[in-house]
Amino acid sequence: MVWARKDLLGLEDLNKEEIELILATAESFKEVSSREIKKVPALRGKTVVNLFYEPSTRTRVSFEVAAKRLSADVINIAAQESSVRKGETLIDTGRNIEALKADIIVIRHNASGAATMLARRVGICVVNAGDGWHEHPTQALLDIFTLKERLGRIEGLNVAIVGDIAHSRVARSNIWGLTKLGAKVTICAPAMLIPPGIEEMGCKITYNIDDALRHADAVNVLRMQFERDEGNAFPQQLEYFKNFGITKERLEKAKKDIIIMHPGPINRGIEISSEVADCSNSVILEQVTNGIAVRMAVLFLVAQGLEKKNEPLN
Amino acid sequence: MNLLIKGGRVVDPINNLDDILDILVEDNKISKVAKNIEVNAKQVIDAKDKIVMPGIVDMHVHLREPGREDKETIASGTKAAAKGGVTSILAMPNTTPAIDSKESASLLKDIIKNSALINIFIAAAITRGRLGQELTDIATLKKEGAMAISDDGSSVDDDNLMQEAFRKAKEQGLLVVCHSEDKSLSRQGVVNLGFISTRLGLRGISNESEYKRVSRDIQLAKKTETPVHISHVSCKESVDLITKAKAGGIKVTSETAPHYFSLAEEAVLGFDTNTKVNPPLRSKEDLRAIRQGLKDGTIDAIASDHAPHTESEKEVEFERAEFGAIGLETELSVSITELIKGGILDWTALVQKLASNPAKILGIDKGTLGVGKDADIVIVDPQKNWVVKKENFVSRSKNSPFIGRSLCGVVEYTICGGKIVYQA
Repeated sequence: MVWARKDLLGLEDLNKEEIELILATAESFKEVSSREIKKVPALRGKTVVNLFYEPSTRTRVSFEVAAKRLSADVINIAAQESSVRKGETLIDTGRNIEALKADIIVIRHNASGAATMLARRVGICVVNAGDGWHEHPTQALLDIFTLKERLGRIEGLNVAIVGDIAHSRVARSNIWGLTKLGAKVTICAPAMLIPPGIEEMGCKITYNIDDALRHADAVNVLRMQFERDEGNAFPQQLEYFKNFGITKERLEKAKKDIIIMHPGPINRGIEISSEVADCSNSVILEQVTNGIAVRMAVLFLVAQGLEKKNEPLN
Repeated sequence: MNLLIKGGRVVDPINNLDDILDILVEDNKISKVAKNIEVNAKQVIDAKDKIVMPGIVDMHVHLREPGREDKETIASGTKAAAKGGVTSILAMPNTTPAIDSKESASLLKDIIKNSALINIFIAAAITRGRLGQELTDIATLKKEGAMAISDDGSSVDDDNLMQEAFRKAKEQGLLVVCHSEDKSLSRQGVVNLGFISTRLGLRGISNESEYKRVSRDIQLAKKTETPVHISHVSCKESVDLITKAKAGGIKVTSETAPHYFSLAEEAVLGFDTNTKVNPPLRSKEDLRAIRQGLKDGTIDAIASDHAPHTESEKEVEFERAEFGAIGLETELSVSITELIKGGILDWTALVQKLASNPAKILGIDKGTLGVGKDADIVIVDPQKNWVVKKENFVSRSKNSPFIGRSLCGVVEYTICGGKIVYQA
């Protein structure tokens, strides 16, 4: 398997072998973070630009750490403070970054498709760090990496994804990635938060949290964004916690060693109880650690993919 | 000046013609249609193996002038039309200012007089500023030349106001042209609601937002006994409603645009903003219903809904891009490729949809090759293929969802009022 893409835009685009290659590459990079000198020269001389149009600490820092551990130079652009405020378009911003001879743009944007569009218009690598409700591929990859590390496999696992599926890029990327690797995915949410046709992505739907948890080897608990204004059709916080919150009582009916995941940041007492978030089944902090290895792998592979693309024929 | 078009396959549904014939044009009019016309013409066009049809009457075009000359002008838009075989246009009133007053209508007429290459007919706004609040002075707008009223781009939400508009239109003998969209349902949507909107993570627009409003507008036509024309029909429920209304004797006509019978919502995958149109590209099932509606006559007309936008309005994040696609230069070829080659319509039926029916709906003496009529004629090579390329559009805007596609059918000549306005 040779990686031939200059971009990572979503897991929908990837086949099983490509996903497995990222996971295997991440595995080999994971050890770097436990060295005394946490650095390898894989991207020495390369420049990674984190272009963030949405506030993000976790993902941005994770990408920054990943790039630095590969010896890349990292520049962070928070779009709120940049020329974007002066009306520059995404494409123009991208082309300017390209003109600075950067090698990789890591983009977080609140509009679905922003990374895809940028990737089409610049010659350098684009890594999607979350676009609207569309995809958040590195988050799903680190979720999958963590699961695989814990359980040794993905194929045949029952994975429940609980929460606001409709507005979640994490859910979409997880469903694509997990189903491609042979896991059985069940999504669980109030009906209004299940987007139409999602079962065609290869997952099952339930509105009952106990059903979702009953056979689950792992549950990925999504953050509920109550600040989101979607008009009248959003559940109340207490109502949501009562019906869909992950609590100790609910988990008593689930598999004893069920793995609890959350992409963060956690709303304690809203989608998950504090007790569950901190219990031994929870891998929430391992996810954060693994995020570095996965992002190192992605940055490394796309840089390679670009070189491959630019190699002269013959 | 006389012009002889020799040996083409003349398709003229109004006169029940589909035969190898010659056409003689004299003094801007068609003077003779017959086999082997022997005359010493100043100019002779050999139309062997070509289709000779009436010029297209495109009843849904946004020419953007006055106000948005960066997108299109009357000059550039009519040049694009001529290239696409279009000789008459109904210009939509959502310009800046909107065509909602004597002043703006007469300004538009002046520009048309000075720069239009083909015939332009005017649709006036239903409400002032197209704001849906206060009716325009429809009688005055008619005097200024308006043929129809439409708030296209928006729908009039207020049922009572719309009913009044129907009554006024009836009194003035103007056609009501409806952009049918219930904004309380389509809201911030940008693509068809369904698996594709879910996959892309974009807000969806349901079929209901269209057909609910189609249903209302049909009811108003019935109640006020006023003809209504439904624009850009995109979904199966709308087709069903129109079929039923026609069967019930209600005076309803309808049009669809080439993208609704050639592209389904899957075309949006990849976030190409040129596929962002309103109503959105629908499901394959809807697309089949549109084709069926064209076949069985529920849908009377094909109109481009030519909606030019600048590159900077389209080269942005999908949800921020303007709705609309250009279509004047591709509508005939897309129709030939999808409907003739696809076995949906024969040439007679296609010429009805593109020319004769819209002329009838508008009540204009166009869409025919009858002797004595204006010589608005298109000569098409129906077998020749071409690839749509951005750089070849003569429209000022390039936002076509068909860029890169191979289409069948090339316009060789467009003749408008006896004058050759385009030659390949």
